[in-house]
Amino acid sequence: MNKKKYERILLSHGGGGKETSELIEDIIFKGLYGQNAGNGYIYGSHNGGGISSGISNQKINLLEDAAVLKSPQKIAFTTDSFTVSPIFFNGGDIGKLSVAGTVNDLSVMGAKPLFLSFGLIIEEGFGLEDLRRIINSVSEEASKTGVRVATGDTKVVPAGKADGIFINTSGIGEVLYDNLSVYNITAGDIIIVSGNVGDHGASVMSRREGIEMDVEIESDCASLWSIIDAVLSGGIKVGAIRDATRGGLAAVLNEWAMAADVDIYVEEDKIPVSGPVKGFCELLGFEPYQLACEGRAVFAVKPEFAEKTLGILRSHPLGKNADIIGTVGSAGIKDRQDSHGKVILNGIYGVNRILDYPSGELLPRIC
Amino acid sequence: MIIAPFKKGEFKIISQYASNSFSLTPLLKKGNLKAKTSFMELYSDFKRKGDISRLASIIDSEVKKTINIMEICGGHTHSIMKYGLHILLKDKINFLHGPGCPVCVMPVKRIDEAIEIADLPDVILAAYGDMMRVPGTDGSLIKERAKGRDVRMVYSPLDIIKIALDKANKDKKIVFLAIGFETTTPMTAALLEEVIARGINNVLFHVNHVLVPPPIKAILDSGDNLIDGFICPGHVSVMTGSGIYDDIPSKYGKAAVIAGFEPYDILSGVLLATRQINENRPTVEIAYKRAVKENGNMKAQALVNKYFTVRDEFEWRGFGNIPESGLKLRDEFRDFDAEYVFKDKLKGLKLRADEKNAGLSGLAVRTDNENASCKCGEILKGKSKPDDCPLFGKACNPENPVGACMVSFEGACAAYYKYRNF
Repeated sequence: MNKKKYERILLSHGGGGKETSELIEDIIFKGLYGQNAGNGYIYGSHNGGGISSGISNQKINLLEDAAVLKSPQKIAFTTDSFTVSPIFFNGGDIGKLSVAGTVNDLSVMGAKPLFLSFGLIIEEGFGLEDLRRIINSVSEEASKTGVRVATGDTKVVPAGKADGIFINTSGIGEVLYDNLSVYNITAGDIIIVSGNVGDHGASVMSRREGIEMDVEIESDCASLWSIIDAVLSGGIKVGAIRDATRGGLAAVLNEWAMAADVDIYVEEDKIPVSGPVKGFCELLGFEPYQLACEGRAVFAVKPEFAEKTLGILRSHPLGKNADIIGTVGSAGIKDRQDSHGKVILNGIYGVNRILDYPSGELLPRIC
Repeated sequence: MIIAPFKKGEFKIISQYASNSFSLTPLLKKGNLKAKTSFMELYSDFKRKGDISRLASIIDSEVKKTINIMEICGGHTHSIMKYGLHILLKDKINFLHGPGCPVCVMPVKRIDEAIEIADLPDVILAAYGDMMRVPGTDGSLIKERAKGRDVRMVYSPLDIIKIALDKANKDKKIVFLAIGFETTTPMTAALLEEVIARGINNVLFHVNHVLVPPPIKAILDSGDNLIDGFICPGHVSVMTGSGIYDDIPSKYGKAAVIAGFEPYDILSGVLLATRQINENRPTVEIAYKRAVKENGNMKAQALVNKYFTVRDEFEWRGFGNIPESGLKLRDEFRDFDAEYVFKDKLKGLKLRADEKNAGLSGLAVRTDNENASCKCGEILKGKSKPDDCPLFGKACNPENPVGACMVSFEGACAAYYKYRNF
């Protein structure tokens, strides 16, 4: 395609005609599959491997209306939409996020991510070079887990009808580790977090609002399959895993407390938070535990497995700052605000307080 | 409540204050308060566990009988709850929560005016985020925005300049919903100065700036209170200096200590107040000398005086009208005053409100549209605590606030709801 002629996305790119197929062939297919695509097919040369190699390495036709896939016995299926503003942030961009987000939703269910769908809604006038960057991020992030984009769609909307670019991804994963569920969580379980919390929320927010810090905060955006697989394949009896996204650690713990009707006690000085994120929160009056993460997993494990889990996490590149942050107790404290289980933070001076969900429109469009 | 866009280097300006020690420094390990260039280090210096427990035990040993201290400012209330300082000092210090949350005390009719203005054609209404949810008689600014009105959230008054200079807005009036105590008024004044200097002609102000001392005097004049002393907001005195509280000891015989917002600052303030009370020598003291000068920021005061004058009275949610408690633009700047420019448009609203309030006056007024069981009036005067209210946590919660103190994140009820210490 003539680069100078089409520096920006035009409405005709979404018209379904020649420009559309040029866009898909030249930017999306090439960016996503590179040498792995040929004659409309992609071949499994990502690091599929493992017990399901026949499935993850299969040849996929990209030009039909739907991808026809051989599937494993038990699959996990999820979807997520991404509207982050700014589109490029320190530590990632909307493309990386769109892969990691869906990969993580599958991973926390014990499912090895296999296939993704990739839907784009692009605003007229969006820079082609930016689109290339985003597609490259998608390809790069997908290759980390060995997940393949098996189908996709591109739409262009008139200027002003979207904010640059929105992405939707759905994912199919093969359930390798069964029975991970919030309902497994019982009194006595140990809560472990895989790394510093609040990085993504603080990074995106500071970039968007033009708040410059001495050290620019980097998003934790990452695909978590490898670290979760390391724990689950290490013989650990894990009750539940959740990736902390919107609402951060506080939202995960509150969802668990509510669904399993338990009280969860966390030690404030055990929760890993980086210095710059603490500073950012001081400045703006946020709690780091309520800020979004995009590459952190929270585990509920039986006490006898806690130290081993921590060891596995810390020896993984994504888990260096992992820590045991609390324990699960039976739901004891009921008050008139609510009658279900709750999250109790033991503060730095030893006084307990509730750690609630964030409320209001604190952080719109962080993912 | 104001989120100013901090830029690189400004942290250093803040951090150089850290080198100014104050009267309690000798209690701490030497060297703890030396200047730091890292923002976080500066803040963590005033949070250290060892220092906090030492201060708490000193207070504990010096207080003989429970002391009632009103922290005027919502920011203090939040720090106290967040760190559980009231639990650390349980049975010794009874914290009463004062009226120092500008969003909480904003009466319904001012919100109604803002909504009425937002409804006018070719108006962009700009407000701070925490004003957006405050309920008026019918709806809130956030609901107006959902209806399609052009209501924008700003982080700093100077964002208004950007909106005003945007070519798309050249035929629109940008109305800034200016709110806040003495801390934020200088920023509004700076905005007006900038608007005038640049010859910008499409910016108006709906002024809701209020003053800290008048409600304190109203509470003390009512006689019916338990207060032994006050913790006064440090950021207000950064602007005004310490003199605005002189009446508290001289006229009413109560302790007054100006304090910062970190746990260490608050406990230092409590200790100084405790000693004043124990020794029966009420005075105004500054426990926040790294930021507060006795005379305050004279430049900011001059700027405020240039553009603003005191209103005869202003209505406070939960209090009714308090004389000389609010500010308005001086007459020579009335072309920038939304209340003046839109006076005909707001007339109907005023008539409706007056009808409702006929026959009521002074502190007895329960401002319009407030639930009869709501205890916000009592809470703002320090007579009740949030959990004394029958609505608290049930009918009244942050998602559906009934009363003023739940509306703003800084309100006492919102703090109790959020932190629930035990």
